[in-house]
Amino acid sequence: MNRLARFGFYLLCGLIAAFLVLPLLVIVPLSFNPEPYFSFTPAMLQLDPAGWSLRWYREIAESAQWRLALRNSLGIAAAVTPLATLLGTTAALGLRRLPTRPRKMVAVIIASPLVVPVILFGTGIYFFLAPLGLTQSFTGIILAHTALAAPYVVVTVGSTLTTFDERLLRAASILGSSPLAAFFKVTLPLIVPGIASGALFAFVTSFDEAVIALFLAGYDQRTIPLQMWSGVRDQLSPAVLAAATLMVLLVTIVMLAVMLIARSARSAGAGR
Amino acid sequence: MNAASPSRAGWVLVLPLVAFIAIAFLAPIAIMLLRSVHDPEIADLMPRTRKALARWDGVGVPQMAAEAVTADLREAVATNQIGRLAQRLNRERNGFRTLVDVTARQLDRNPEAQLARIDPGWSDPDLWRLLARVTSPWTGQHLLNALDVTVSADGTMVRQDEARRLYVEVFLRTAWVAALVTLICALLGYPYAYAMAAAAPSLRALLLFLVLLPFWTSLLVRATAWIVLLQRRGVINEGLVAMGVIGETGRLDLIYNMTGTIIVMVHVLLPFFVLPLYSVMAGLPTSYVRASASLGAHPMRTFARVYLPLTYPGVAAGGLLVFILSLGYYVTPALVGGRTGQLISNQIAFHMQRSLNWGLAAALGTLLLLAVLLLALTLPRLAERGGLRA
Repeated sequence: MNRLARFGFYLLCGLIAAFLVLPLLVIVPLSFNPEPYFSFTPAMLQLDPAGWSLRWYREIAESAQWRLALRNSLGIAAAVTPLATLLGTTAALGLRRLPTRPRKMVAVIIASPLVVPVILFGTGIYFFLAPLGLTQSFTGIILAHTALAAPYVVVTVGSTLTTFDERLLRAASILGSSPLAAFFKVTLPLIVPGIASGALFAFVTSFDEAVIALFLAGYDQRTIPLQMWSGVRDQLSPAVLAAATLMVLLVTIVMLAVMLIARSARSAGAGR
Repeated sequence: MNAASPSRAGWVLVLPLVAFIAIAFLAPIAIMLLRSVHDPEIADLMPRTRKALARWDGVGVPQMAAEAVTADLREAVATNQIGRLAQRLNRERNGFRTLVDVTARQLDRNPEAQLARIDPGWSDPDLWRLLARVTSPWTGQHLLNALDVTVSADGTMVRQDEARRLYVEVFLRTAWVAALVTLICALLGYPYAYAMAAAAPSLRALLLFLVLLPFWTSLLVRATAWIVLLQRRGVINEGLVAMGVIGETGRLDLIYNMTGTIIVMVHVLLPFFVLPLYSVMAGLPTSYVRASASLGAHPMRTFARVYLPLTYPGVAAGGLLVFILSLGYYVTPALVGGRTGQLISNQIAFHMQRSLNWGLAAALGTLLLLAVLLLALTLPRLAERGGLRA
């Protein structure tokens, strides 16, 4: 590639990268807007300190609705994460022991919540839970979120298991370890990174989920995504920018932590 | 976990999740499918009419059934269900609500009144044939409606009047948007994935981070961000006006229409294209490209004849994923699509939540599910046959 073409290529990639992240970064300064607008005020552009304010952060911190939504979202995710992680991890461990043909069939069943559009699941689960009186309940949302989150755990744990050496278990058994002890002392420590990232995936899946919540949540079950939904669609208040900024911050911190953990795990593994 | 029967242990471990998904996911989907052909609402409200018309030969005005209708309407009045029944019947034929309301009021005054005396509408044989059809709990009506087909008074199937045709166009629009979004994702995602695969480790980590950040960020946050950028008083329009590129009246309509839906969907789905393609590119040995170059091929030729074909599996995987996900997208069009940027999922939600026409919602959902499953099952095979699989 000559120099000009190379420059053009990197410019294009830079623009694509900008397209990916700039929209997320634009909301950060705007969330400090003292006015109820979604754009920069002249005072903000002149970097005048008086042109910036924590007004919207104060508003969501003091709002009973936002607090309730945060409590609900965290509570639901806190129930979904262990459920999905447990179901997903056991299924991933079992899946590789099945003969090829049934394994493929089971894998299709397990992956189905990822392929079928969520709106159809929302519609179906509403029909399903309405006669049981579970439409405006946490139980319904937790069940549905677990079904959406568990397949991700199967995928992440399954991918760490592909590098797992089956001979280690045989070695443990020859050395007199029971299968259960071998699982806890050999398998589990090796697949913990997969389980941890699966659990993280499950948490985020539940925490971000909006469609099921739209169908199944009553006023008392409002979650953060629903609160943002009405903030964007019905009231259009810049308070959603403050909430969005906090969520981008949270995701950034979690991702950096995961990358650092992965790196230190790799170097620890290399050092062993 | 007996080593002698690994598959039995496997089944025991797999069973909890499979059972859970069967109950919490597959059963609801099955109920939705059932709802598209099974709608007992009218049958439950008019049990006598249903029974009387089940044996009717479809000729003239059935006298027996008239008494059954009288009894059913009076019971519906007594149980306060008459409004619901009138509204439900009106969905089958315009004007039915008035007929039911008038008849119910007359019956209230004079329980012995003859239907045909109350309103000449009841002397219409077509009305009775319609009633016979809609009091059966099994119906193809919703699926036909979802395809813009209607059953005319004499029982033949015809296309809806032009003004009432709606859903076929929405289905086609959804497929078109999905194809366009997939194409744009491919055009933007391919160079980006290539840059990731070719970059030095530290730059690669940065590029990966830039894809993963939006990927992990809530859909709602991303929609909010784009609204802030694109709306008429948003950052882009304000910027263009301030720079004098456009006038105060020339603000661009970038959101709350199809343009908005497509821009935001590309942003949401681009990582789904980049990530599988990147994993294919990262696994390619560099020897082929070097061999081609050392044999004297122009870089463009090396790319087109050697590198591009090797990455087809990644392109196919990413493209299929993006296309299938776009077909069912709901949140993004609902938030940024305005009136013109709505897709089939939004129609389903509308009939679930606003018009409360659950049978039609289920029928539209059934057709969408069929389309998604058909694509998910056939496209990978086609790609395989076309040599797109490594």
